[in-house]
Amino acid sequence: MGAAMTAVLEQLLNGAQFGVMLFLMAAGLTLIFGIMNLINLAHGSLYMAGAYVAAATFAASGSFLLALLAALAAAVALGAAIEIVVFRTLYDREHLDQVLATFGLILFFNELVRMIWGATALYMQVPAFLAGHVELLSGSPYPTYRLAVIGAGLAVALLLHLLIARTRIGMLIRAGASNRAMVDALGVNVTLLYTLVFALGAALAAFAGAMAGPIFTVESGMGESVLILAFVVIVIGGIGSLRGAFVAALLVGIVDAMGRAFLRPLLASFMSHATADNAGPALASMLIYILMAAILLIRPQGLFPPRGR
Amino acid sequence: MKSIIAAAAALSLLVAPAFAEQSVKIGFVTTLSGPAGVIGKHMKDASTLALDMLGGKIGGLPATIVYGDDQFKPDVGRQVSEEMLQRDKVDFMTGFIWSNVLLASYQPIIRSGVVLIGANAGPHELAGAMCASNYFSASWQNDQTPEAMGKFMNDQKMNDVYLMAPDYAAGKDMVNGFKRYFKGKVAAEVYTKPGQSDYQVEISQIRQAAPKALFIFLPGGMGIQFVKQYAQSGLRDQIPLYSAFTVDETTLPAIGDAAAGNYEVSFWSPDLDNPRNKQFVAAFRAKYHYMPSYYAAQSFDAINMIDAAVKAVKGNLADKQGMIAAIDKADFPSVRGAFKYGPNHFPIENFYLLKIVKDADGEYVRKIQSTIFADHADAYASECKMK
Repeated sequence: MGAAMTAVLEQLLNGAQFGVMLFLMAAGLTLIFGIMNLINLAHGSLYMAGAYVAAATFAASGSFLLALLAALAAAVALGAAIEIVVFRTLYDREHLDQVLATFGLILFFNELVRMIWGATALYMQVPAFLAGHVELLSGSPYPTYRLAVIGAGLAVALLLHLLIARTRIGMLIRAGASNRAMVDALGVNVTLLYTLVFALGAALAAFAGAMAGPIFTVESGMGESVLILAFVVIVIGGIGSLRGAFVAALLVGIVDAMGRAFLRPLLASFMSHATADNAGPALASMLIYILMAAILLIRPQGLFPPRGR
Repeated sequence: MKSIIAAAAALSLLVAPAFAEQSVKIGFVTTLSGPAGVIGKHMKDASTLALDMLGGKIGGLPATIVYGDDQFKPDVGRQVSEEMLQRDKVDFMTGFIWSNVLLASYQPIIRSGVVLIGANAGPHELAGAMCASNYFSASWQNDQTPEAMGKFMNDQKMNDVYLMAPDYAAGKDMVNGFKRYFKGKVAAEVYTKPGQSDYQVEISQIRQAAPKALFIFLPGGMGIQFVKQYAQSGLRDQIPLYSAFTVDETTLPAIGDAAAGNYEVSFWSPDLDNPRNKQFVAAFRAKYHYMPSYYAAQSFDAINMIDAAVKAVKGNLADKQGMIAAIDKADFPSVRGAFKYGPNHFPIENFYLLKIVKDADGEYVRKIQSTIFADHADAYASECKMK
């Protein structure tokens, strides 16, 4: 297998891994935005809470599984608390009010984690049973942990699909995404549905945060950059659509990885090296947003909008 | 009744200026919020310790340090500086972690005549054309640290070095400084997005390029993530990692053993062997229970520099020329040992090769391996037209 081919395949894998993490964030976000019509900027804070609780639990107990469970429990509890205290008053308000309120939540949680855990970033190891490499492509070892992240993400995607497509709750969620007013008029307990959806979204975000802990820095404000990308993903995929979130997340992840890896060498083939060194990274970081703009031009409602939108 | 109150208020205004001359106010601009707040914590703790060790007095006068948070934003930093100058009427300004914040706040401070002591950032503009008599650096000029790494790797006859830095002013400075002294082959020069968290793409590229060594500048959270991911990729044993401002006492607690065996370069290290440094590190660890970084060392020196200046003019804070002359002598006990100031008010000092090793307590620390530069001046002194 040629070196160039190996390079492309390895970057595709990197993109897929990043895409899967984005999907975990975007899935929760798209459900919350699609069904509850709530712009939740604090979704990144739930991701951060998951990472912090997982890192602290892992450091204290040494068990990665326990850390994951603790992160999920913390997120569900935190999500329910935020939903009851803050969101119940926000559902009927304008999106701008929701943005303001949830932005305030971001600031609050960023300072809260600094008060509890200090300003220095937390250290989370890769769990021993996932450390090491797997030689997928000859001469190219790939970190086992990242493969595990891809696997976990795909498993969650499958579970979500089964939940949404094959259960009654899933049916209610899909109906709510298409036409909330009708679901309410049909006598479904929408308040309970909202709380359940929010708890599910929070759990997904916390799971993403817990999986990210060993690779990324666990620090105050870690959720913001992922949040922005998650919004890009749900806009590309279609708000309220899980299938859209999955496809868009993989698309965004792969485009980003390929751009960062190959734009600079590509530009260097017909520009001077100095220009390519400057233009390459600049273009690569814009690539995702250019993609979003292009898709919005062609299909403003996203790639897979739920029926009825 | 009103006239009595008015008279009392007028009297208090008369009394207030008399008190102001009896004390020293130092304005300290740093980052206290957000992920970079850990650096501000080191600086605040060190400057507080310095003042405590002086008995709360600067040059014999009671002193206070007013801390301001620039939030890592140049406009906020400038605003905070201007408030300190106008509202708090500070006698000295110091701090400034970031080059962009310092450059934005520079002109108002210099114009006011207040003495500014940079406790971290050292942009080349201030070492060259924009130098001023009332500005001193307590740290270094940005290019000097990567210059030292470039010289070390050049002396080792290393070839095929891969360079990586974030795509902003300081990142470009670092790469330029490195290339000023490294004359071997550069495998690639890669600029990443500032604040980027996932480096798997870049690590795959490094593996494809198969260089002999890797030199990076990735401060703060970026460095923590890259070093961790690099160690997980298994490349660390094949391609040794050299860095500047990346693996230090503010980031080592979060990186852990992923940094073991890495090389760094700095003008100072906690194990630097002189009496003043031993005193500083011991006092810092006793009070705060963590290892000070160079940010802390620089802040400690800045406060002591100010103390020496006020002592030299016997508390006459109006004698700015006298204080400037005193600071220029660099005649105070510094944690880096004895040093001189160059004509552009930047230190001429040593730079050391450091290695990340485990100490007796099982913690990872930076330890000096050798001296790369003795009495190294920066490259911009000739551009400074200060008399």
